[in-house]
Amino acid sequence: MKRLAVLAAAALLALTGCGAGSGSVGSGSAASGSASSSGGGLSGTLTVFAAASLTGVFGQLGKELTKANPGLDVRFNFAGSSGLATQLTQGAPADVFASANTTQMKVVTAAGLQAADPVVFTENVLEIAVPKGNPGHVTGLADFGNPSLTLAVCAPDVPCGAAAKQVFAAAGVQARPDTEEEDVKAALTKVQLGEVDAALVYATDVQAGGPKVQGIPFPEAEQAVNKYPICVLKAAPNAAAARAFVALVRSADGQAALKAAGFRVPGA
Amino acid sequence: MRNRRSGVPAPLLIPASLGVAFLVLPLVGLLVRAPWGSLWSQLTAPGVGTALRLSLVCATAATLISLVLGVPLAWVLARSRARGRSVLRALVTVPLVLPPVVGGVALFLVLGRQGIIGRRLYETAGITIPFTTPAVVIAETFVAMPFLVISVEGALRAADARFEDVAATLGADRWTTFRRVTLPLVAPGIAAGSVLCWARALGEFGATITFAGNFPGTTQTMPLAVYLALQRDPEAAIVLSLVLMAVSLGTLLLLRDRWLGRSGAGIAA
Repeated sequence: MKRLAVLAAAALLALTGCGAGSGSVGSGSAASGSASSSGGGLSGTLTVFAAASLTGVFGQLGKELTKANPGLDVRFNFAGSSGLATQLTQGAPADVFASANTTQMKVVTAAGLQAADPVVFTENVLEIAVPKGNPGHVTGLADFGNPSLTLAVCAPDVPCGAAAKQVFAAAGVQARPDTEEEDVKAALTKVQLGEVDAALVYATDVQAGGPKVQGIPFPEAEQAVNKYPICVLKAAPNAAAARAFVALVRSADGQAALKAAGFRVPGA
Repeated sequence: MRNRRSGVPAPLLIPASLGVAFLVLPLVGLLVRAPWGSLWSQLTAPGVGTALRLSLVCATAATLISLVLGVPLAWVLARSRARGRSVLRALVTVPLVLPPVVGGVALFLVLGRQGIIGRRLYETAGITIPFTTPAVVIAETFVAMPFLVISVEGALRAADARFEDVAATLGADRWTTFRRVTLPLVAPGIAAGSVLCWARALGEFGATITFAGNFPGTTQTMPLAVYLALQRDPEAAIVLSLVLMAVSLGTLLLLRDRWLGRSGAGIAA
């Protein structure tokens, strides 16, 4: 229970939601309005649209929030950020949007859907994922140019593919993948099944991949650091819960959960 | 004909019209939102022709395989008196209820590099099936064949078995009876099943992208191209969808005219 109280306090402190503007009267009153609700009084349904890579951490944080607020029903829509951005611009009802990159967040802010400016709450870098035992003897990014290996990268149209393109360019590697996956989890699945010798995924995916997956970090990954912005949406049906969730994500607790999942603290 | 058509009773007409609206309106939506101005440049973008050709080739190959394997299977389900037939029928329809992505994973477990059969192929002959064009055909066949089997089985059950009995009394063996009597009798059912199967194979996405992966020229069919275009440029995705739909509708209408003409004549003869 003490932990929950800390959570609630953290939520209170950062209650201005998507960042900045903490001095304004509006956000001040919002904070005081939620003061009582954070003590367990948040209710209704909270709908969070979040990048698929956040599935584990956000699911866990959602549970913590529900434990602190038994009347609250937290629902997640985990999918590729671009798909989520499309859904949001098409009018899908949601309270919070957490994107795996700034590009898709810009799609949402360009449509004026945000309640306040998005803030970057975590970062992720690429890592090479290989099946346990590393049957293809992959050692670094240069192996992605080896035609005799079976290799998966993300399609250039999706964020992890764009990042892959960047690191290949930085490393001067002519990548020869066998498949361009539709999202990073699909690439990871192929490693877990042992059907590819290596895939380029995020550090968090390697962490989430379990014992069947080994990760190989590489220095060129710094060329494509993925920043994750989050914001409360203007049309949020449950703005109070939305702000509490964003605050929780940015709190020490939230950051610790993110770190455990392979993410890193922004700017670290 | 005309008399019968004008006499559609209202209780049928109203839900039928609603049904048409429900099925056709999304298509209208695509047509309305299509970027007609940039249509040509989208159509001639690199990769569109390749993806379309690959789609047509793979869907046709999947349909042919389904015919070769599926018609005999339908016969077994409809005519044989083997025990466990109902279990067999349920098993055959598994791909219909399985989410296609799961189907793709299941194919990995059998035919993948680490799969039950695939592992031997890989270790003895160095053959890997995933991420190749044959993998696309396999994924599409897996998902689409049940449509053909069920259609043909329905046709076989509806067909008058007395013709087969007569053929048998006239001295035809079962194989001859099947070829000369049963097959012509259920030809319209086979045609309908093939069309369903082909259409389903053409639109196949989940099992394909899972088992065959996605690589332009080798495994990227139109539905995969549409999905990925959607990540980047929704307008391009709409154009690609329209192309896929136009080609498939065109093909089906063309075949329908031909087939109906022939099978109609066949039945009359």
